[in-house]
This record gives sequence, structure tokens and C-alpha cells, in this order.
Amino acid sequence: MEASSQSTEQHSSLWLDAWLKLRKNRLALFGFAALIILCAVSLLTPWIAPYGYEQQDLMLGATPPSLEHWLGTDIFGRDMLTRIMYGGRVSLMVGFIATAVALVIGILWGAIAGFVGGRVDALMMRIVDILYALPFMIFIVLLMVVFGRNILLLFVAIGAVEWLTMARIVRGQVMALRKQEFIEAAYSMGLSQWAIIRRHIIPNTLGPVIVYTTLTIPSVMLLEAFLSFLGLGIQPPQSSWGLLINYGVETMEEYPWLLIFPGVTLSLTLFALNFLGDGLRDALDPRAAKD
Amino acid sequence: MIRFAINRLLQAIPVLLVVISVTFLLVHSAPGGPFSADKAVPPEVARALEAQYQLDQPLWQQYISYLGDVITGDFGPSFKYPGRTVNELIAAGFPVTAELALYAMLVALVIGIGAGVVAAMRPNTMQDYIPMSAAMLGICMPSFLLGPILVLIFGIHLEWVPISGWGDIPGDKILPAITLGTGYAAYIARLSRGGMLEVLSQDYIRTARAKGLSESLIITKHALRGGLIPVVAFLGPAFAGLLGGSFVVETIFQIPGLGRFYVASAFNRDYTMILGMTIFFATLIILFNLLSDLLALQLNPKLRQQARGSH
Repeated sequence: MEASSQSTEQHSSLWLDAWLKLRKNRLALFGFAALIILCAVSLLTPWIAPYGYEQQDLMLGATPPSLEHWLGTDIFGRDMLTRIMYGGRVSLMVGFIATAVALVIGILWGAIAGFVGGRVDALMMRIVDILYALPFMIFIVLLMVVFGRNILLLFVAIGAVEWLTMARIVRGQVMALRKQEFIEAAYSMGLSQWAIIRRHIIPNTLGPVIVYTTLTIPSVMLLEAFLSFLGLGIQPPQSSWGLLINYGVETMEEYPWLLIFPGVTLSLTLFALNFLGDGLRDALDPRAAKD
Repeated sequence: MIRFAINRLLQAIPVLLVVISVTFLLVHSAPGGPFSADKAVPPEVARALEAQYQLDQPLWQQYISYLGDVITGDFGPSFKYPGRTVNELIAAGFPVTAELALYAMLVALVIGIGAGVVAAMRPNTMQDYIPMSAAMLGICMPSFLLGPILVLIFGIHLEWVPISGWGDIPGDKILPAITLGTGYAAYIARLSRGGMLEVLSQDYIRTARAKGLSESLIITKHALRGGLIPVVAFLGPAFAGLLGGSFVVETIFQIPGLGRFYVASAFNRDYTMILGMTIFFATLIILFNLLSDLLALQLNPKLRQQARGSH
């Protein structure tokens, strides 16, 4: 209530408020910084990677970390740092694109259900309930088997299961807002429906959406890694962190660094993104902060 | 309550029908049949095989007869293991997976609730930060990473526990249960912390404090019941997740459970197996969601009234 009534008067104060709160949260800032660094490194990988992606040195073989190869090399003598950087590009791309797919479907679905209400809402949310009851992990495995393991499908498949929660959040938010006094007041002042949507509904829905988006990215990345680990996700010659971990497990007794480094990279990334999401939730969505 | 349960059970029927139909269509629209990998099969043998598995009939006929079989609980023969039925394979694998999921759930509940309650007792102190950071670490450490690392440390270097198998050597169930349970322990810790914080700020807890009850009595007698409702509601989805997670854990530890069968049949394009297991999993998950909803209802009188009002 407080946050929403603030934003009706001063558009920017909610965001300024949120930023001030976020700035105090060191862990969230660390997550934010890590995300920016990660994106920068991923974008620049072709130029800053120390070695070529396919560059082998069969004479060298697997070596532990050294000055030439900071994170060691794999059994083909390929530089691990380079491979992790290239793998990160794919992992992050899956994270962002699949989340975007989930975001678009979820927001549209939830907003329509929340606005229209009545029978349409009941039907739409029943569909969400049904999909929730499906074993989605199993469903993705099934999709990957049936349509072959291609990366585009992976985006769609993951996005298609991750939109459900988004739809529920958006719908709940829209429904709650519609009943609030300040919306009624806006109606009685003669504002048009579109003006109300733009001025009041969207800004007030944005907070939880941003928070949930931030939290969806790591769970999508985890899902991708999970599938790649099983051999059902990203296929060679492309690489992702999940695939690198999969290779690392095969030789972990002899060459543990091949497991440790991609594993630590993945975990740290998920860690950073989750902290950022939690921080954003505390800052943007005070009511949900307790969960 | 009973009406609610029956209602929910009835709602599960269309859900299951959707699952069966979608899975059936998906699997049958897949390129490449189960026998197309074996190049050596002469055409007449292939035709005989197709006739044996009714693949030569039109799709709708296959669908109807499959639906009929499934309703009577018959998932048909396996494509990959000739002479064995999907029912047999499920019967062999399910007890193993169920046992694994049960142990993992125990690990998750004990550690998760313990950590969450401890953290909620003194929020924003070290007693809160340490278990909650550990929980975050648990969430960010996927099972396919945690498992191998545990194997490396406790199995290979320290040689405390066996590194694979299920029920062959004493102690070989420890690592799989911990690997599968840790992530859920972390979620449960966060949920129970949130739930406990909410409850501990309520008036009736203040009343209990004012009466001079000891803190441990307040927690166990008054706060836990309400504080754990989010955890109970999470049990259904968690169980679904445990089944999915068992894919990886069973693969890592070479456990002959359903998860490993499922991944194997996915690779082998064992159509009937994929179909049967998907339907089996879906049924289980729906049942568990129902159970956890009923349990949450039992714990929360407010929800009970709502359920009565809406049905």
C-alpha cells in the first residue's frame, strides 16, 4: 500500500527508493557487479580469450593450472579458461533468452487474465494450474528427445515451463491493484483505461516482475546445465558450463581441476544472481520480502 | 475437506488426459522410429516388428487402444528390452527411486527446518546470516556438481563411503541421499525462516511470551504449526523436483532407479517406456500435490474456511 501510493504521486521515488535500498545491500551489489562483469566478459570473449576455442595441443595434454594456462588444460591440451569463457556465453545466452521467452508469455497471460477477469480469468488460470501439475523436468527431457537437441528448442522449452509463475505473479498483482482505492480514485477522476494502465498498473507491477526475472535467470541457467549434464542440452562442438562439468566428472579422479573450475564458475554465477534477485526483492517489493 | 479432496481428484482426470494425449502425440511425431537405428534390419523384419507393436495402424487407432491399455494400468511392452513390459521396468525401478527420494526428503526436512528455525529466532544476526548463507550456497550448488565433489572428497580421498551402487555395500545410500537432499534443505530453510518470522510477529506469540512461556516452548508448541505451512505447501512440488533430480543422482551413483531408466529410454527412443514413465510420473506428482495441499489445509484453519467457501 505505502509503496504503491507513493508511486502514484511521484513516479521516480519508488525507483530512487529502491536504488538507495539496494545500494546498502552489499551482497546484492556484489551480485550486480558480478553480472555486469560476466556479461562484459561474455561479449568480449572472442577478442580477450587467451587461446582459440578449438586450439588443441595434444602433446601437452591435461595440465594443472600454470602461468601459461591459468585454469589448466583438458586432455586435448585445450585451455580451460578459454573454454569456460566460451561456455559462459552459451550459458548466459540461454539464461537471458529463455527468461525473455518466459517473461513475454507470462506477462501477457497474467495481465490478460487479471484485467479481463471472470470466466476468461478462470479458464486461463486453470490452464496454468494444469501445466503446473505436469512434471516439467520430464517434459523438457521429452521435448529434447522428440525434436532433437537443438539450442533454439532449448530456449523455447525452458521458457515454456518457466512462464507459469510469472503469469501468476502478474495476475495477482493486477487483480490486487484493480481493487485498490487509488485506482478507483483515478477512474473517478475520469482517467482513461490506458492512462491508468500506463500510469498506475505498469509501474506497480514492474517491481515484482523485475525481481522474479532476476530470480528466473539463474534457475534457467541451472536447468540448462542440468540438461547439458545429462547430454540432452547443449551439444558439442558448442559448449556450456553444464557440458564442461559433465566432461569434468568423467575425469575427475585424474584431473579434478576440469570439474572444479567450471563448477565454481557456475556456482558463483548462480550465487551472484540469486543475491541480486533477493536484494532487488527487498528493495522493490517490500511486501514479498519475507518469503 | 473430503469434498475438497474428491473435487481435486476429479480435476486431476482432465490433467492426466492432457498429459497422456500430449505425450502420445509428441512421442509419435518424433522423427526416427525406435528401430531406425538398427540399419541391419531387413524391411520384412521391420514390418513384422511394426505390426507386433501396432505401429502400422493409423495414429488415432493406436491412441485409442493405448488409452484403453493405460486405463487398465497396462503400459505395454518395452521397445528396447524385448520381452519386458514397461510395467515390469517401473516396478523394478520405482521402489529404488522412492527410497532415494524418501531419504533425500528426510535430509532436506531435518536440516532445512532446523536451519530455518534457528535463523528465524534471531533475525539479522550471525545466527541468521550463517545458516542462510549456507542455504544460498546449497541452492547454487547443483546436484550434478555437489555429487561428484562429495564422491571425490568422501569416497575417493577419505574412503569413508562407497562411491556408487545402491544397497550393495553398507553406507552406499548416504552420498546419494545427501546429494539429492541438499538443494531442498536449502529451499526449506528459507521457507521455514520466512514462515517462522511471519508467525513470530503475530499477537498470539506475544501473548504466549507475555504469559512467560519459555522460548523453546513457544517455538515448538505455538509457532511451528503456523510457521511450517509454507514448507508443507512446498512438499508436493519438492517431491516432483526430487523425481527429476533423481535423474542426475541415479546417473552419478549408478543407482538402478526410474530416473536412470528414463534418461536411458530417452536416449534409446524407447517410445512405450517414455510414454509409460511420463504418465506414471505425472500421476505421482499430481497425487503428491494433492496430499501436500490437504496437509496444508489441515494445518491452517483459515485456508480450510476458504476451501469450504469456494466449493
